[in-house]
Amino acid sequence: MPKSVSNIESKRPSRLSLLMNTQALVLVVIVVLWIYLAIASPYFFTLHNIRGLFSQDAIVGVLGVGELFTIITGGIDLSVGTVAALVNIIFTLTVLGNVSIPLAIVISLAIAVGIGLVNGILIYEINIPPFIATLGTMTVADGAALLLSGGTNISGLPISISTFGTGNFLGLPNLFWILIVSIVVGEVILRYTTFGRYVYAMGSNVEAAKLSGVNTRRTIYLVYTLSGLFAGIGGIMITARLWMGIPTSGLNLNLDAIAAAAIGGASLFGAQGSSIGVLLGSIVMATILNGTVLLNINTFWQEVITGLLIVATVALDQLRSKSKYTFVRKF
Amino acid sequence: MEEVLKVENLSKEFPGVKALENVSFNLYEGEVHALVGENGAGKSTLIKILTGALSATKGKITLFGKSYEKLDPILTQQIGITAVYQEMVLANYLNVVDNVFLGIEPSKFGFDKKGEKIKKLRELMKSLNYDGVIDPKTEVRNLSAAQQGMVAIMRALVRNARILIFDEPTASLSDREVKILFSVIKNLQKHGISIIYISHRLEEVFDISDRISVLKDGKLVGEKITSETNSNDLIKMMVGREVEVNVYDKDRKVGEELFRCENLTNEKVKNVSFSLKSGEIVGLYGLIGSGRTELARAIFGADKLFTGKLFINGREVKLKSPVISKKNNLSYLPEDRRRQGLALQLGVKLNVNLASYNKRSNFGFVDLKKERFVTLDLVKALEIKTPSISQKVSNLSGGTQQKVVVAKWLAAKSRIFIMDEPTVGIDVGAKNEIYKIINRLAKEGSSVLFISSYMPELIAICDRIFVMKDGKFVAEVKRKDFSEENILKMAI
Repeated sequence: MPKSVSNIESKRPSRLSLLMNTQALVLVVIVVLWIYLAIASPYFFTLHNIRGLFSQDAIVGVLGVGELFTIITGGIDLSVGTVAALVNIIFTLTVLGNVSIPLAIVISLAIAVGIGLVNGILIYEINIPPFIATLGTMTVADGAALLLSGGTNISGLPISISTFGTGNFLGLPNLFWILIVSIVVGEVILRYTTFGRYVYAMGSNVEAAKLSGVNTRRTIYLVYTLSGLFAGIGGIMITARLWMGIPTSGLNLNLDAIAAAAIGGASLFGAQGSSIGVLLGSIVMATILNGTVLLNINTFWQEVITGLLIVATVALDQLRSKSKYTFVRKF
Repeated sequence: MEEVLKVENLSKEFPGVKALENVSFNLYEGEVHALVGENGAGKSTLIKILTGALSATKGKITLFGKSYEKLDPILTQQIGITAVYQEMVLANYLNVVDNVFLGIEPSKFGFDKKGEKIKKLRELMKSLNYDGVIDPKTEVRNLSAAQQGMVAIMRALVRNARILIFDEPTASLSDREVKILFSVIKNLQKHGISIIYISHRLEEVFDISDRISVLKDGKLVGEKITSETNSNDLIKMMVGREVEVNVYDKDRKVGEELFRCENLTNEKVKNVSFSLKSGEIVGLYGLIGSGRTELARAIFGADKLFTGKLFINGREVKLKSPVISKKNNLSYLPEDRRRQGLALQLGVKLNVNLASYNKRSNFGFVDLKKERFVTLDLVKALEIKTPSISQKVSNLSGGTQQKVVVAKWLAAKSRIFIMDEPTVGIDVGAKNEIYKIINRLAKEGSSVLFISSYMPELIAICDRIFVMKDGKFVAEVKRKDFSEENILKMAI
């Protein structure tokens, strides 16, 4: 196995190539789905439909980027969807309360970031498992959205918000561009910053990171705060897309964000995953949604198909890497 | 007396290491046979073979008159051999009686017969003279270490164990608890149970055993009837192992003091003071449970200190966390490199730079060039054998992994190195390379505190050796006074 030190640089990095493989696999899944849909429905490859698909996947994708950071550290954030819904309500209410839109955005995002920070504190200082801590904030955010909205949809937002939500830039939906920027930001952070290195290191071995003098507290705080921030951006996007505040708009998104990251190659045991994978994962999810609508498949079937596809994609990847059953924590 | 266990010419080879060589060993019914030897002598390997966790390369094992080529854990349990380990494997949130009968519950139509379990357990406790000490309905996590040990013993007994293996059973027990354990062992003997007893503490071995066997470097070097020997004889047999040749570097220049600590105390460390000079390699010898790892972790800020002062370059510092220790050029190479030293799923490059990314970034962005060059330099300098700097470290050999951990702290420009068992589990060639690296670190002006329970290596490389026992420093030995026998006597 060990070879001479001399030609050490000529080899391709193994972790990257592994991720490339996972991503290539997901890409193949997308291509297969698209070819099938193109044949099955003449409407699939129209500009209108593709735009719709892209703006559909944008929200899940943005939430997925934040989710990804928590997953790489070996944690999870169950609250992203309901935090997004809460932001949807808060943003709607502040705008209706005659606050200027930029200021409303700042307020909404600050609240989302604050919730992320609370997650970080619960997880790091009080040592609550991420699953439980964020399950709590998920439920609280859901309740808060219902309370603030009185349990009903709130309409009456200025038309400019809807214009933005349905508008295009350079031929692609505005929301999709937000996703692209989020994906790039995520990828840059993970790949090129010290914080990104620490995120992977903590996911691989917290104790080793700690004993290497990594500031684990700051890393965890930042990870969950980032997740909150992306959830906040997602909430603004929901508002733009729906042109109203809907308190229950985030319920499915919690798990969809996790699914997008997992399909894209993020390992729930930490230390693995990439932002580009989230993009691909969210496209897979949006494609299924879009396809079932185009093919007139019962919406209940759509859930069944989504579930099967999540398992199938991850299973393919696991079989390829020949992983054995390691999903039991041993003490 | 009937012979219950007979091991003949047992050998076990690992790649590059002979863990056991032609070991013969036997055990009679109702006998306590002690097994002593320094760390790495082969005791655990022997136990693992007897309990079926490992299979021998060669040799014959006879149990209750029947020969076996190979044992496995299920077979050994059926035959009745059970090891009671240092760290008990109990279900912490179940109560005593459920733990004892776990997996063999008496039941009717799948329903637990609780009354019968408790009755059986009480009978067992009575027969061991352990009646009324613990309530069968207490959850195991609320018991003391000694009581948990008893639960493990009873668990073995209800499975009809006839040979019990105790591996350092007293490491975490108080004197009073040791007495209780010994009275239980004597009771077990009366019931015809045979016992293999492994311990570092020779006085205990003399208290409890009928016979003593000594292992050294995988070979059986002596077998004595307990009443016909004494601890000096045993120590003589245990020591005198091969010492690596010529690793001591005389040309090092010992300079001014880099590190000093005064009266360090916490739960496991009692009033420890010492200092390290630049260019110096100082050994720290202690047996398992002596508090050496706890001392290292406390200095590094990974565990809490109750009292004590630390000085680096003569200036007092408060090392509240590894983050701060790192800033003060202090490093700690943990004992268990796989669990504590490395991010195994990640590449060599990340692991090498993990402690020094703060020195290799601009506004939070990693300087990718520097990151790569630092890695390549260290890979070359330490001769880290890896096909690429992005190779996952889990795919590297133990010695290579250890070099990666050393490289991590070199990259962080550390000057004070606390190395906890840096050569454990690596082959001879790699060990020598680690010694070379340690010598070089010292030559370049660093201080090294070399913690080890393998004395020959400390004697070979160190300028002086501290001996630690029960959390205290019991002696400081200068190089001219090095003697394996004396140091071992002080540590036991």
